[in-house]
Amino acid sequence: MSVAARFALAYPGFALDVDLDLPGSGVTALFGQSGCGKTTLLRCMAGLERGAGRLAVNGETWQDDSLFVPTHRRPLGYVFQDARLFAHLDVARNLDFGMRRSRGAATVKREAIIDLLGLGPLLDRLPERLSGGEQQRVAIARALLAAPRLLLMDEPLASLDHARKQEFLPWLERLRDELDIPLIYVSHAPDEVARLADHIVVMDAGRAVAQGPLAETLARIDLPIKLGEDAGAVFAATVAERDAEWHLARVEFDGGELWVRDNGTPVGRAVRVRILARDVSIANSRHDDVSIMNLLPATVVAHAAEDHPSQVLVQLRVGETLLLGRLTRRSAQRLDLAPGREVWVQIKAVALVG
Amino acid sequence: MFSPADLAAIWLTLKLATVTTLLLLLIGTPIAWRLARMRSWWKGPLAAVVAMPLVLPPTVLGFYLLLLMGPHGPVGRFTEWLGIGLLPFSFGGLVVASVIYSLPFVVQPLQNAFEAIGERPLEAAATLRASPLDAFFSVAVPLARPGFLTATILGFAHTVGEFGIVLMIGGNIPDKTRVVSVQIYDHVEAMDYAAAHGLAAGMVVFSFLVLLALYLLNSRGRRS
Repeated sequence: MSVAARFALAYPGFALDVDLDLPGSGVTALFGQSGCGKTTLLRCMAGLERGAGRLAVNGETWQDDSLFVPTHRRPLGYVFQDARLFAHLDVARNLDFGMRRSRGAATVKREAIIDLLGLGPLLDRLPERLSGGEQQRVAIARALLAAPRLLLMDEPLASLDHARKQEFLPWLERLRDELDIPLIYVSHAPDEVARLADHIVVMDAGRAVAQGPLAETLARIDLPIKLGEDAGAVFAATVAERDAEWHLARVEFDGGELWVRDNGTPVGRAVRVRILARDVSIANSRHDDVSIMNLLPATVVAHAAEDHPSQVLVQLRVGETLLLGRLTRRSAQRLDLAPGREVWVQIKAVALVG
Repeated sequence: MFSPADLAAIWLTLKLATVTTLLLLLIGTPIAWRLARMRSWWKGPLAAVVAMPLVLPPTVLGFYLLLLMGPHGPVGRFTEWLGIGLLPFSFGGLVVASVIYSLPFVVQPLQNAFEAIGERPLEAAATLRASPLDAFFSVAVPLARPGFLTATILGFAHTVGEFGIVLMIGGNIPDKTRVVSVQIYDHVEAMDYAAAHGLAAGMVVFSFLVLLALYLLNSRGRRS
């Protein structure tokens, strides 16, 4: 099961040229700077843009050299950056718009979606009386009720401020856990990608420059685009213990354990951990006389230059898990961080993301 | 207050304006839709042709329509071949002339309304399984409602107010082509100022009410 997408399309000053084989389930993030072509690629997949190419979704061909299924005959769901609710219809009628036209093919129940996205109290309101976050929730529900076999989301959080975004992300996470169709999620925000994606395609100037499982890809140090302050590793862990006295939780991962701020996640629950490269420092011996709580033995795997000539990005292995650390080139030389060297990593901040 | 001839003229005017407005909505909507979504080089010339009646003197328009629909014009030969006779100096001819003369008053508000809607809601409709025709009726038309209201009122009012082209194409035949504006002209020619006043004042009140309604509808549309 997979989503095979190959598209070539040229505009003055921009060319899209990708050939992707994406997982047939889970969340794939199309990640890159504004103008890198991720929205254009999404529009090609929806048939809103007519690029030459081929698209097959879990064995069903929607487009190839001799076939172009028009948008309204593609069983997809599309969530636009700007919600695009129908201004003349209330929320309930917006939800029914696609549902009626997909003739009961829906696999999800209307009530269940309304429940999942908390839309019950909004049903008789007109779109103009909804907040940005509420509009996006309606847009997502509307797309899901049209019985999609592929869900496309174009930066659904881009129009929301920080507070609304934090409020909205848990809805998306719940949705991801309930969904059994592939979701392709366009974003330029690394924190959203770290939280939601299982698979990532990194795009730059109309091309896919890297793709793969999220943890593996984010921990690469040879990515053709530099993530700067957002460089860091994301991996899976399990909550093993909660310490009531210090309000800390211990999470275990493939390679060790970390103490993190207890955010109420129950013991035994799988979580995602994100450690930014700038929060990782390296020592040649174990130091217990520092404030840092998380010290782990690690092996240097490789390093790579950063944009600024003073900095270097170091890839480290802790058990089976890869971490990234950023330090000055001078420190790297002083500590003699050649590949294979055994070191201690000091982790200043760990974030539980989803 | 009104003589039977006045009442006949009023009735004929309302009948003409109603038939013309209905035809204009039928013809003008697809033209406005095409123009609003056209990207090609043709958009400019086409829009100019539709807008021509705004600037042409009604006599020019009437003159060419007379030639076209007369016994030697292509339209005239066609209507005779169809067996419905010649259109000039008949109610049918008046309707044809009115439709052409009032076309920009219907097409332009509709075109503006469709352009204001843009591609976005239609793309959303397409991703929700609506075919282009379905999206037109279920999304574009309801969203363009204020445009349809403006177009209907302007088309109707402009047809009621026409004079020159009516005289050119319709002449002055009681019950067939003698509309209110022509009837007023007759009264004035006959120095019957009292009768002219009755109809003229009625037209002033009618025009004011129509434009007031338009203004109120538009400002309400903007608020909601």
